[in-house]
Amino acid sequence: MKVDSIVNGIVIDHIAAGKAMTLYRLLELDKLDCPVAVIQNAPSEFMGKKDIIKIDSDVDVNLDVIGYVSPNVTVNIIRNEEIVEKKHLSLPRKLTNIIRCKNPRCITTTEQGIDHIFMLRGEDRNEYRCYYCDAKP
Amino acid sequence: MRNLINILDLSVEEIAELISVADDIIANPAKYRHVCDDKILATLFFEPSTRTRLSFESAMLNLGGKVLGFSDANSSSSTKGESVADTVAVVSGYADIIAMRHPKEGAPMVAAMHSTIPVINAGDGGHYHPTQTLTDLLTIHHEKGRFDNLVIGLCGDLKFGRTVHSLIEAMSRYSGIRFVLISPEELKLPSFVKQEYIKDKNIDYVQSTSLEDVIGELDILYMTRVQRERFFNEEDYLRLKDSYILDKAKMEKAKADMIVLHPLPRVNEISTEVDDDPRACYFRQAHYGKFIRMALIMKLLEVKA
Repeated sequence: MKVDSIVNGIVIDHIAAGKAMTLYRLLELDKLDCPVAVIQNAPSEFMGKKDIIKIDSDVDVNLDVIGYVSPNVTVNIIRNEEIVEKKHLSLPRKLTNIIRCKNPRCITTTEQGIDHIFMLRGEDRNEYRCYYCDAKP
Repeated sequence: MRNLINILDLSVEEIAELISVADDIIANPAKYRHVCDDKILATLFFEPSTRTRLSFESAMLNLGGKVLGFSDANSSSSTKGESVADTVAVVSGYADIIAMRHPKEGAPMVAAMHSTIPVINAGDGGHYHPTQTLTDLLTIHHEKGRFDNLVIGLCGDLKFGRTVHSLIEAMSRYSGIRFVLISPEELKLPSFVKQEYIKDKNIDYVQSTSLEDVIGELDILYMTRVQRERFFNEEDYLRLKDSYILDKAKMEKAKADMIVLHPLPRVNEISTEVDDDPRACYFRQAHYGKFIRMALIMKLLEVKA
């Protein structure tokens, strides 16, 4: 399968297989009017299978969303068909308005205009907790 | 500006300092009678409470300050849909310090984010209740004389019992602590409390469903009420409400110097026949609450005697 290389844009590589569409939705890539390629189950030497997203435009993407959905992702910034920057992502320390708290007793269920914040706790366990009520996502 | 949302907002040294001030207030109340003469405490109680609110109000009045507020969400603008953020933004202009109770977990945190005056969490849902924990610590200090090398039994509703969560967090910072967690399966300690404050700190603990089996090894027995207001389902409440009842027969199996604490109010989980036992500390515990809240208000308002 061949997908054209991009001139100026972003390649999100090493996405865990099966996570590309989740990222596509959370990054709201459907709202872009530039070419976006989603490649699923591409062969990978280290991962076996991986997903890739190519965005043929110089847009801002929320790196926290990417790090949360699929840690260990590589984000390549492309200029004139060359990789000018390579970002290796890990789990972000703080998630703001990416996921919502499901605890029915949490203040976020009733308070208007409040940011939904999750903090990474117990880093060896890679676990997020609601900033307000400590519930898991 | 300091707030008290979680007991861990205070260091072990600050807790020792608060206990020292509380001791001095008990010994020399006259010295503190006017330290807050020009200060106002706002008690924003979006959930009914008797002793916590009265304890806060009595604490401020004993410091010479004044009190305003509401004791029920129905008498506040929250019934009109006003947010916590807006409420505290307004109250910040009317008072010098806020004590807030709210049924929603994390509400005092939201209040602190939008307030220009110190906010004290006076209980948020089944989450935290740090001033009860300060009360518990002052009681333990007076009744046991130490915070280390204690076997602490926590009995009843460990899932929604916010006083239990805060006490475990506080005691997990002292050495030689062993927790005995006594509850029915449905009301076990939430995983985040067990993981972060017991397992991650390699603190010795055991879980049991029988109070009788473990009461003999305890230095402190912390009893809690199964709280009707935390259940969405009345059937679950009725099934679990009588899980543990402390009576004279069980007390006979306990150490001679064990102390029984309870954040109150009790329903029937401690039989009244236990009240005369010198090991029953819960009414003395309630009295200590006023003194430690006086010390806390002074600390957050940065006033000294």
